[in-house]
Amino acid sequence: STRYDLYRVLHAALCLFAICSEAIVSELHKRISSAFDVFDHESNHTVDVREIGTIIRSLGCFPTEAQLHDVIAEIEEEEPTGFIRFERFLPTMSRILLEHRFRPVPEDLLLQAFEVLDQQKRGHLDPEELTRYLTQEGEPFTQEEMEEMLSAAVDPDKNLIFYKDFVSVMTVDDPW
Amino acid sequence: MGCGSAKPTQHNQNHKLQLKKSMRSALLIQRWYRQYVARLEMRRRCTWNIFQSIEYAGQQDQIKLYNFFGFLMDHFTPASSERNLISHIFRENEVFQDVEWEPYFCYKSIEVPDTYAGPHLTFPLTVSNITELVEAFKHKEQLHARFVLQLLGETWRLLRVLPNITEVSTCHSKEITICGDLHGHLEDLLLVFYKNGLPSVETPYVFNGDFVDRGKDSIEILLILFAFQLVYPNDVHLNRGNHEDHIVNLRYGFTKEVLGKYRLHGKKILKLLQKIFSWLPLATVIDQKVLILHGGISDTTDLKLIAKLERNRCRQAVKSKGPGGQYSDGEGDRYSAAGRRRVRSLTHSNPATARHELQRRSLQAYSIRTSPNVEEELRERRRWAGLSASYERIHDPISSDSDPDSGEVLETDAEEWKQIVDMLWSDPMLQDGCIPNEVRGGGCYWGPDVTQEVLNRHNLCLLIRSHECKQDGYEFCHNRKVLTIFSASNYYEVGSNRGAYIRLGPDLNPHVVQYQASRSTRELTLRQSVGRTERSALRALREQLFAHKSDLISAFEEYDPEHTGVISMERWAVATETVLHLGLPWRVLRSQLVGCSTQEGMINYNDWFRELALMDPNKELAHTGLLETMYRHHSNLETIFRIIDTDHSGLISFEEFRQTWKLLSSHLKMEISDKAISDLALSIDFNKDGSIDINEFMEAFRLVDCSNGATRLMQLTSTESLYHTS
Repeated sequence: STRYDLYRVLHAALCLFAICSEAIVSELHKRISSAFDVFDHESNHTVDVREIGTIIRSLGCFPTEAQLHDVIAEIEEEEPTGFIRFERFLPTMSRILLEHRFRPVPEDLLLQAFEVLDQQKRGHLDPEELTRYLTQEGEPFTQEEMEEMLSAAVDPDKNLIFYKDFVSVMTVDDPW
Repeated sequence: MGCGSAKPTQHNQNHKLQLKKSMRSALLIQRWYRQYVARLEMRRRCTWNIFQSIEYAGQQDQIKLYNFFGFLMDHFTPASSERNLISHIFRENEVFQDVEWEPYFCYKSIEVPDTYAGPHLTFPLTVSNITELVEAFKHKEQLHARFVLQLLGETWRLLRVLPNITEVSTCHSKEITICGDLHGHLEDLLLVFYKNGLPSVETPYVFNGDFVDRGKDSIEILLILFAFQLVYPNDVHLNRGNHEDHIVNLRYGFTKEVLGKYRLHGKKILKLLQKIFSWLPLATVIDQKVLILHGGISDTTDLKLIAKLERNRCRQAVKSKGPGGQYSDGEGDRYSAAGRRRVRSLTHSNPATARHELQRRSLQAYSIRTSPNVEEELRERRRWAGLSASYERIHDPISSDSDPDSGEVLETDAEEWKQIVDMLWSDPMLQDGCIPNEVRGGGCYWGPDVTQEVLNRHNLCLLIRSHECKQDGYEFCHNRKVLTIFSASNYYEVGSNRGAYIRLGPDLNPHVVQYQASRSTRELTLRQSVGRTERSALRALREQLFAHKSDLISAFEEYDPEHTGVISMERWAVATETVLHLGLPWRVLRSQLVGCSTQEGMINYNDWFRELALMDPNKELAHTGLLETMYRHHSNLETIFRIIDTDHSGLISFEEFRQTWKLLSSHLKMEISDKAISDLALSIDFNKDGSIDINEFMEAFRLVDCSNGATRLMQLTSTESLYHTS
């Protein structure tokens, strides 16, 4: 009879888990749907493929460009139309979120990354140095991306990037 | 064969390691930053949707209001005072020929005092006149009414001899510059002139409509454009926009601006502008290949027909629709929330062949009850009768008094009117086809197949249009066959969008130049501009929410039968959309609109309303019950005031004030008691002679942002100013 009790408890636990996960999944679907809708300009459950990166990132993910391309390849039509349908986006995005793929960059790691670039350990970087790194290494920035970052990062009086301050300003609590 | 000593290899290895580390670091930084930018983009897009939704909802409102007036016009006894009040929107009381207007608009009797320090214009205008004018406006000076009327008079004379469609060629390797909507943004026009050069024989321009409304320098823009056109009539071309329409101006600020700047002669100026607007050309064609017009096209667009019609007969477009158009009426017409663009096509009731007399009723009777059958009938009759109301036959003075019941509608008139409205009001859509544009209430949505067909039919290669605000100032669509160009930067708010203009050379390849006028010399970073626009949008949204308070509370209470005062976030979102019909992502916006939540995703909605907004301390008005109506319908209210203010004095009497509310209450099909109206009137300071200043009254009811919002604003700006101190 203890075995029977065990089965009952297990069964109850599974049901509970199913209910919870159903609620979780439902909540997830709504979040994904809301984000998708913002770019669904024609209200026909499709978005331009070029907005997918924005949508995925706005849901809290931090993919690299390469990872993004992989996801897009997965959700595109067999014959790419330039549009992504919600029916294909939803399951993939749900999985991504449930698996916690493309985790965020924590502030301390970000700071370390800047410190690595600051080889002389001065506590700041020249705009030219940073530009060189970010437009030539990794997944290079476009000129526009670089300019936009510099406009926020460079101290106009000293023409230097005090990256510690920059990082803390940029990671201030975002209301969204 | 050695590769060198041990030390260099070690150095190489360290170097390689460093390279690897820096590459990984760069990748990390890039990954992080791109996510940050994406979140900002999401916020910006949401903000944009808010502004657009509210704007389109406002336009819908306007259509309904004018449709209502049209209805009133048809069904009130000729003697009724209400009818007289609004009769001059739809009828031209004066039936003079154009040439008989000239003495009325004569400027000669207007004296220019010695104290006037602004520019003095001499006619015919010279280049130095214009540069003097531009300089004066840069310094916020105002042109004297005498010169305004003189300049407008000359413009009117010029426009009357211009064809409906202007043909331009890029001979002599001239590049033509094309500007889109300016909407009273003088600084944008000046910026374009600065970047691109003043209009001249070497620098021809096309201005594609919507010069006025919304911005605060509409009259100055008009004066500059008209002046340039007078001096360079072969090189400066103007197309009419949907805002070059005196009815639209009543609502969107141009009328108010002119009356404010020209207290004595404003009315005359507006009247003359009414004529000028109707005489503005409708389109420009470059090298017979590129078509430029303000709104767009439809599947029936026919340039041959357009070239032949009498454009000045279409004074206003916003009215009841004729055959082939759509009729939207009252509350039954709320469009599907899921998309402002999604259209529910209205099917007409079976075409009425019998036109029997309908009992004429007084306003009083109407506000009490209307039967559905009667509504149907009236709708039908208005469809047929409405045309003659605004597409007037100037040569037939009798028409303004024609009985709508017996009016014969000529098919050709209907066709011509539709051509014009389609050109000025339509928007492109991504799907094929052509459907009525119910969001705007006029024109249509047209698809890429229609573009293809119309361009082919007319042997054209490109359509350039404006009419829609774009974040980058321009946008291609329909396989790059359609180009939207919008020249008013910061249209919704500082930082909301860029403006742009087009340079077009003999190769007819459009080259776009973007810009953004900024009030301070410092450029806003992406984060700052998004933040600022966002705050503005949210403020506007909060006003809408507050204005619909009782409907929202009813909707919430349906989900809260036990009156706990609390509902789930999910239900909050659903109920809000049901009431407001703005098609906005309420779940995404929730965190920005609901501060006072929430244990486990629940919201106390009464607390929420308390937090939403504080208004100007006019708390006595809370008793009148009219407060909410005030907020929700303040645009309509202001429009009605201005219509009633027939002498454009900016003042109305108490009786007129009362009649305004009565009109509004009929339109809204709600009861507003005389007592409520008198209470409202009593709470306002009247001028000694018992009149109400419209501007003061409207100002008193602007929502003031709550203190929470203000503190958050301060917090954000202080963090942002870490690197950018002004």
